[in-house]
Amino acid sequence: MTSDNVLTISGFSVVYDVEPPVEAVRDVSLEVRRGEILGLAGESGCGKTTLAYGVQRLLRPPAVITGGSAVFHDAQGGDVDLNQLTDEQIRAFRWNKASMVFQGAMNALNPVISIGKQLADVFTAHRPGMSRAERTEECGALLDMVGVGRDRLRSFPHELSGGMRQRVMIAMALALRPQLMIMDEPTTALDVLVQREILQQISDLRHEFGFSVVFITHDLPLLLEISDRIAVMREGQLVELDTAENIYRNAQHEYTRRLLRSFPSLTGSRGDFVRRGDGDVREGAA
Amino acid sequence: MSTLEFSHVTKRYRVRGAGEMLALDDVSFTLTSGQTLALVGQSGSGKSTIAKIITQLERATSGDVLLDGTPIPVRGRGLRRYRQQVRMVFQDPFASLNPYHTIRHHIERPLRLDKVVPPDEVDAEVIRLLERVRLDPAATVDRRPHELSGGQRQRVAIARALASRPALLVADEPVSMLDVSIRLGVLNLLADLQRESDLGVLYITHDLATARHFSDRIMVLRHGVVVEEGPADDVILRPQHDYTRALRDASPDPDAHFAGSSASPRS
Repeated sequence: MTSDNVLTISGFSVVYDVEPPVEAVRDVSLEVRRGEILGLAGESGCGKTTLAYGVQRLLRPPAVITGGSAVFHDAQGGDVDLNQLTDEQIRAFRWNKASMVFQGAMNALNPVISIGKQLADVFTAHRPGMSRAERTEECGALLDMVGVGRDRLRSFPHELSGGMRQRVMIAMALALRPQLMIMDEPTTALDVLVQREILQQISDLRHEFGFSVVFITHDLPLLLEISDRIAVMREGQLVELDTAENIYRNAQHEYTRRLLRSFPSLTGSRGDFVRRGDGDVREGAA
Repeated sequence: MSTLEFSHVTKRYRVRGAGEMLALDDVSFTLTSGQTLALVGQSGSGKSTIAKIITQLERATSGDVLLDGTPIPVRGRGLRRYRQQVRMVFQDPFASLNPYHTIRHHIERPLRLDKVVPPDEVDAEVIRLLERVRLDPAATVDRRPHELSGGQRQRVAIARALASRPALLVADEPVSMLDVSIRLGVLNLLADLQRESDLGVLYITHDLATARHFSDRIMVLRHGVVVEEGPADDVILRPQHDYTRALRDASPDPDAHFAGSSASPRS
């Protein structure tokens, strides 16, 4: 029997073991449901990226996972406690079951290797049985799928626009048909028009393949539009988790409300923020 | 009362091996003190080229840039005097302040170089400028940039821009690198200063929502061409050009997204 959740995070804590230690993620518990887009919102330093890295076991010293678990519920059956996997097991798990689109991903491509070759790397590593012809065919299909087109297989990253590079990264994350895709600020550096196209693409692909998305960003208005549920983090803690509509209409936590107020409405009436924002507050030095 | 006028300004960049790139194509507009003009458009639309021409970091290929009816000087003392009148606030407050120098040094420099106040009044003027940008002078003046938060640094950059008592301020994405919860604070500050000093502000941004709320007029730029210009609310709520409409429709707008379903909107 498969669970309705694809991922269950319980009591997850991460400490940066420096002097003094920084509790970057504090006792976070949440579930990611199968097929949903879960928005993870918060400002810089709130721990949202650290949490995502921690779940994928991508953290390096001085970051230490000090408690909690992240359990992946495989659609093919079986629960996997990611913290218990050996290095070799987690390496096989990543990308296969849960992939990641990194922050600034469009600059994460290797500038001196064609994108076709970089995509093929995924298959060389995870599907060693595939022939070269099969790999090329699969990479071409992926580029078609994300709207870049297979005629770009031999292009180098600098020959593509930022938006196209971001699509290549999404193609790469999609390559092994994972059940969960974690996207860390995937559209932050892009224009609104390109951003909208890519969001549409993600939404289409999700309907086609049924994967879940954890979408990390500080852009709360964007999350309100695209997410099923939204988790708000602050100072390492989860302060609120609810459906997008409830967050919008009836946020419970004062911090969530403050975050909502930080974004003027595009077409709504002029808010009182124009006068009442914290512009009148005197900021002392830290 | 000062007026900066762009009249049929065209800018071509020579691109090696690829001939020329037309960055601005016959752009005309007026920026007057006491008014905020927002400049919106995608990356590559020419927004920053306009900022560079205004501050004379680049020269127009053709067309006129006039301050109060006179062409802006291209060198020497005249250019320096012009630059006292037109100041710039940059996007990245981490890169625009010198890490070796104290906040006092940053603000003192334009005061001394431009002889804004007599030497014995410089200290008092530094304090006054920090207060104007709502920073606590005692807690900031002898600090270095790395000791301040991003928002505090951007306030220092604004204080520095104000030191020479300019008539016009060019703010190129002044809050896009700041944390979301402090952005409105900095924009409100700019709005307050604009009213207090009758500044003309050119607010360059890709964010249509803040452009609408913090500007009197909005100008939409696409591939170096002005496609639409008008009162802020009109441009966003009743766009005349397809491109403006596309930009608006692509921008997140939860209020419109949830409109129609029941219950009251957020407070």
